[in-house]
Amino acid sequence: MEYKQTRQGYADALIELGKKNEKVLVLDADVAKATLTEQFEAVFPDRFFNCGVQEQNMLSAAAGLALEGFIPFASTFGVFATCRAGDQMRSSIAYPKLNVKIGVTHCGITTGGDGASHQSNEDIGMARTLPNMTVIVPGDYEESRLATHAAANMNGPVYLRFGRDKYPVVPEIHKGFEIGKAKLLRQGSDVTIITTGIMVSEGLQAADLLHKKGYSTRVLHMHTIKPLDESAIIQAAKQTKGIVTAEEHSILAGLGEAVAGVVSENHPCPVHRVGVMDTFGESGQSQELMDLYGLRAKNIVEKAIKILT
Amino acid sequence: MIPMLNQEKHEFLKNKAREIRMEIVSMVHRANSGHVGGSLGAADILTALYYHVMKHNPKNPEWEERDRFILSKGHCTPVIYAVLADCGYFPKEDLLEFRRPGSHLQGHPYQPKTPGIDACTGTLGIGISTGVGMALGAKLKKQDHYYYILCGDGEIQEGQVWEAAMFANKYKLDNVIGFVDRNYLQTDGYSEKVMPLDPLIPKWESFGWKVFEIDGHDFETIITTIEEAKKEDRPVMIIANTIKGKGVPFMEGKAEWHGKPPGKEDFEKAILELE
Repeated sequence: MEYKQTRQGYADALIELGKKNEKVLVLDADVAKATLTEQFEAVFPDRFFNCGVQEQNMLSAAAGLALEGFIPFASTFGVFATCRAGDQMRSSIAYPKLNVKIGVTHCGITTGGDGASHQSNEDIGMARTLPNMTVIVPGDYEESRLATHAAANMNGPVYLRFGRDKYPVVPEIHKGFEIGKAKLLRQGSDVTIITTGIMVSEGLQAADLLHKKGYSTRVLHMHTIKPLDESAIIQAAKQTKGIVTAEEHSILAGLGEAVAGVVSENHPCPVHRVGVMDTFGESGQSQELMDLYGLRAKNIVEKAIKILT
Repeated sequence: MIPMLNQEKHEFLKNKAREIRMEIVSMVHRANSGHVGGSLGAADILTALYYHVMKHNPKNPEWEERDRFILSKGHCTPVIYAVLADCGYFPKEDLLEFRRPGSHLQGHPYQPKTPGIDACTGTLGIGISTGVGMALGAKLKKQDHYYYILCGDGEIQEGQVWEAAMFANKYKLDNVIGFVDRNYLQTDGYSEKVMPLDPLIPKWESFGWKVFEIDGHDFETIITTIEEAKKEDRPVMIIANTIKGKGVPFMEGKAEWHGKPPGKEDFEKAILELE
């Protein structure tokens, strides 16, 4: 299996966009080496603005640049954009619905060694509860690249969530990226797995394991958390016995709760959530943390079996 | 020094500020909600800006080359709404709906809906940050208009204000002319007791800004200082000493009039004082 960084997809797309549109600007908050926006800076030094360690000012200043007709991509770690600069995301960007793209990296438990202070497991919840905010959690390198292009092509605030590590390349998700439209990766009639972000590869592995056990398993990849593809979810609720959601994020306020809300209002069926429990993370290798915090195909399978038996 | 303003213009501004103050008191009384003290205190600065200094066109609020005004102390909407309505950005009748459901005149400025409002503000600190971002945008487009940003003195206790100050210095934003509305009063009382701010001048100077300190109720001084500010090749902060509640003697210098709407009796008394 090939592994690539999702943040590299972001960085590559920024340079492609920069070549196409001179209104595209990139801001960073002293983590350009980590978000990889330094690669944009190397090509477009006059359209790159390092704000230093000031995420709050960066997001409000990006709002100002959007008011002047630019398309700013403000980049930092997920935890800093949402927790440190949550008010600026809300009041400066989401409320006036400005054309600011917030590109964040180092999200989820796979941030690894830096530990809980840097592992953003709450950011999807914070971003998706803001009115006007589009929230995209791409699954691999190529989908990250496509999502960044799609974000630039729409008018309005977008939260783009990337990780730190190298993640499996999933060729099934490299075609037809459309904001708000889930990708049906496997058709199935017994149970549905809905994944977001890098959990797509675990979801597909889980479907294979369930298939071996004789269960027909549907896999929906929900790269857009908001606007949520409700019709795909309702269809899954109607056509299969239940849903397992999988996200590299807290089980609170993320994909799982979003799906459960849609299901319970439209066609109640069991929904089980795979994600980080209501707890902070810790330092470790990203792969061992995936095991420790229960973010593996086998965890998805366990939940699916609960629904099916 | 030759005065910038002739007697006639001076009288015009004085009278305009008085009308604006009457509108402020009426608006907050009617809505039974809003910030009257800080609005009255800033009335002379906004009058000087909108009726003498700024390049703007109420018939074309989106005019690309206009000067921008950002009310970073976003709670003082009564003063900006009174000014914008009087200039003709929207009908004066709209003021009757201040803070009412369905009105574009929200408690704090909402740029997408209100003609003449250049940025959303309301949580403190975001206005100056948005303003410096806009000013950088104008520099990138090689435009030469100005960004006037009004901060409250309590507001500059916010760390984000100083982030914005560093940013403006880094990018040499000489198109930013800020004001600190220095009335020494904030919601919980005397600023130097709540969280000391003095000495303000060296603070801003050490962040790379040119600083002027003026009487924020003297039109001649406000206007000549802005002309001086325009000659600078760096961002400028004007510390404008003001009196919260200015123009209504029983409200002057009283923190309690920060966010308290005047009832019927106080309203009538205030109008008599202003007439």
